Amino acid sequence: MAEKSGADILVQCLVDLGVEVVFGYPGGAVLPIYDALYNHPTIKHVLVRHEQGATHMAEGYARSTGKPGVVLVTSGPGATNAVTGITDALLDSIPMVVITGQVPTQLIGTDAFQEADTVGITRHCTKHNYLVKTPAKLAEVVHEAFHIATTGRPGPVVVDIPKNVQIATAPYAKPELKVHASYHPQTKADASAIDAAVEMLAAAERPILYTGGGVINSGPQASALLRELAALTGAPVTSTLMGLGAFPASSDQWVGMLGMHGTYEANWAMNQADLILCIGARFDDRVTGRLDAFAPNSKKIHIDIDRSSINKIVDVDVPVVADIASALDDMIALWKQRNHQKVDLTEWWARIAGWRAKKSLDYAEGGAEIMPQRAIADLYAATKATGKDVIITTEVGQHQMWAAQHFGFDAPNKWLTSGGLGTMGYGFPAAIGAQMGNPDSITICIAGDASIQMNIQELGTASQYRLPVKIFILNNEYMGMVRQWQELTYESRYSNSYSDSLPDFVKLGEAYGWTGIRIEGPQELEAGIRQMLETDGPVIVDCRVAKLSNCFPMIPSGAAHTEMLLDPSQVKGSMTDEAKALV
Amino acid sequence: MHIQEELSQRHVLSLTVSNEAGILARIAGLFTARGYNIDSLTVADITADHGVSRITIVTNGPPKVIDQIIAQLDRLVPVHKVTDLTENGPFVERELALVKVAGIGEDRIEALRLADVFRAKVVDTTIESFIFEITGTTEKVDNFVGLMRQIGLVEVGRTGVVGLIRGKEAN
Ligand SMILES: Cc1ncc(C[n+]2csc(CCOP(=O)(O)OP(=O)(O)O)c2C)c(N)n1
Ligand SMILES: [Mg+2]
Repeated sequence: MAEKSGADILVQCLVDLGVEVVFGYPGGAVLPIYDALYNHPTIKHVLVRHEQGATHMAEGYARSTGKPGVVLVTSGPGATNAVTGITDALLDSIPMVVITGQVPTQLIGTDAFQEADTVGITRHCTKHNYLVKTPAKLAEVVHEAFHIATTGRPGPVVVDIPKNVQIATAPYAKPELKVHASYHPQTKADASAIDAAVEMLAAAERPILYTGGGVINSGPQASALLRELAALTGAPVTSTLMGLGAFPASSDQWVGMLGMHGTYEANWAMNQADLILCIGARFDDRVTGRLDAFAPNSKKIHIDIDRSSINKIVDVDVPVVADIASALDDMIALWKQRNHQKVDLTEWWARIAGWRAKKSLDYAEGGAEIMPQRAIADLYAATKATGKDVIITTEVGQHQMWAAQHFGFDAPNKWLTSGGLGTMGYGFPAAIGAQMGNPDSITICIAGDASIQMNIQELGTASQYRLPVKIFILNNEYMGMVRQWQELTYESRYSNSYSDSLPDFVKLGEAYGWTGIRIEGPQELEAGIRQMLETDGPVIVDCRVAKLSNCFPMIPSGAAHTEMLLDPSQVKGSMTDEAKALV
Repeated sequence: MHIQEELSQRHVLSLTVSNEAGILARIAGLFTARGYNIDSLTVADITADHGVSRITIVTNGPPKVIDQIIAQLDRLVPVHKVTDLTENGPFVERELALVKVAGIGEDRIEALRLADVFRAKVVDTTIESFIFEITGTTEKVDNFVGLMRQIGLVEVGRTGVVGLIRGKEAN
């Protein structure tokens, strides 16, 4: 059999696996792979400006297309720079394969130039990782890596390839998929669990569907089935930050996001429900609030593909281990087969209407400053009016929460945000990755003045590949979310939360060949947004918003769903040490 | 180009370490990070106050690599002392194995006969099976398991090696 070099084997595997885009950065330990990619006819390589950017681009690409994101970086600093994005993908269950170069096998362990223990460093932030010591094993490993990254609960997989393994040759034939004998994610639910779930749902008087990122990960089919189940039951639907878009925000049954910055009605409905059907969410601390007060009188069903997510934080009555689409399909089929009818939920909906009447997302307006919520609402209206497909990414902070609250999502894979890790610096590269995968969509990163600076160097990447991404900065000259917590907890001692020495974002964008727009007051908002949307290339918008606005409603740390703060007048300014010690 | 491998030698290393959280992960991590091999690893605390553990590691590698392994282990903060038993004069090494064998008739009798030769003890028996307990060097255990495989080996559990330098001095 003809022999191929490790580098050629790798590239052949990527082709066979349908990889179209690789986000990467070259260096000594991956030169053979870069040579194999030189002028490649089908694989496009996106040269980033920092390896963290590559990982978030891969995440954005993956989240918006449903395909795995692929990253290629060199050994040592290349690999360590990728660690944040790898961890981010682990926490948000994003399918990603990261190829790292490594020093040649005979130098491993010698502190060779640009040696880092990549497999050791990434052991706990990957779903799985490999060090490949011979080219003969490479094809098998790469195929398995993609399989593991994309099946079960998706996640990042690292494949570390020493430089001599890239050069050395081995016989190559397209491998059969051989997966670890121990790896079998359960995708089909036990019939008894489905039965119990359907009967409970058919009998519930105050049900709520609590949905999460798992619905998105399961694929568009899962979102369609969720809509069908919601229609059959008539139950209210809420979602975590990660699940936005799986159920349409325009539906009457939508009660908004739940959790720390969720709506009053979503959190009260969770608290008062007699049945919570958790679909691909994981009872995160941002969602449950104080645990002993969480949904005290409810039965709980939890559908998750990851058995270890079930009963991790909240004990449930019916665990359903399955892929979301498969479980929903089974539930709907059984519901219809049993001829279950919608329960009369009039009373339940009347109570929800009462909570809705609080209008917990309202905000006071009328001053000389742009309210950040207004900026998001106008951005939503303007993008909707274009009739085009719109993808929103965010950085991390108040702007992220305002975007989640005031931008309506009607379809899955259109909302890209760092939920689990809360990584500032995620949003802009994620937008670049999403734009690569969706060239015809309007892709906008809603950013904060501080976060955007964490991966600002990627302005060059968007210019190089002529990607028309838009950055919309809600510039409040603060690390607003930090300031908000200092107001809640530390009597407004603003320790290091002022964004001093901000760059002129307009000029910065122009330096990279972008269009820069500044929006300074309410009267400029509409026109500024319109100009951004009408400009063909990449645009950075410095939207000056109210400096001291805070994000409400809010469940402060250690409080229950029923103890939401609705507006600034309810803020006490200090907290007990027990509350201060919580995340 | 093809990748060449160097010839390896087996070494038994004996370490005393502070018995603190994460020590085992640190040592295992060092081996994987630097590409060293672990054939077996045993650990248990050995002092009255449970403060110190002895870890015995059987590894293999070219002489230079073994030297590095010892130096790297010695550099870990919670490691008190590393001794290469293989290099430091005569030493005793033992491991214990439980060996389950199934069979009837002549096989059963042959299994008992061999167990006697190896001084293995019967620690569980049914009409069709035995579990033998055997102690000895790795080689002796390997030989016994190899013979049992021909008779009807079902499964094996091994502790891995522990070892001490001969003579009256502590190490
Ligand atoms: C990498 C990283 N470092 C620190 C934090 C903590 N953090 C969370 S929000 C925030 C401030 C974000 O400020 P900005 O981007 O201006 O957004 P704003 O809250 O003002 O909308 C900080 C520092 C984080 N989430 N990520
Ligand atoms: Mg800010």
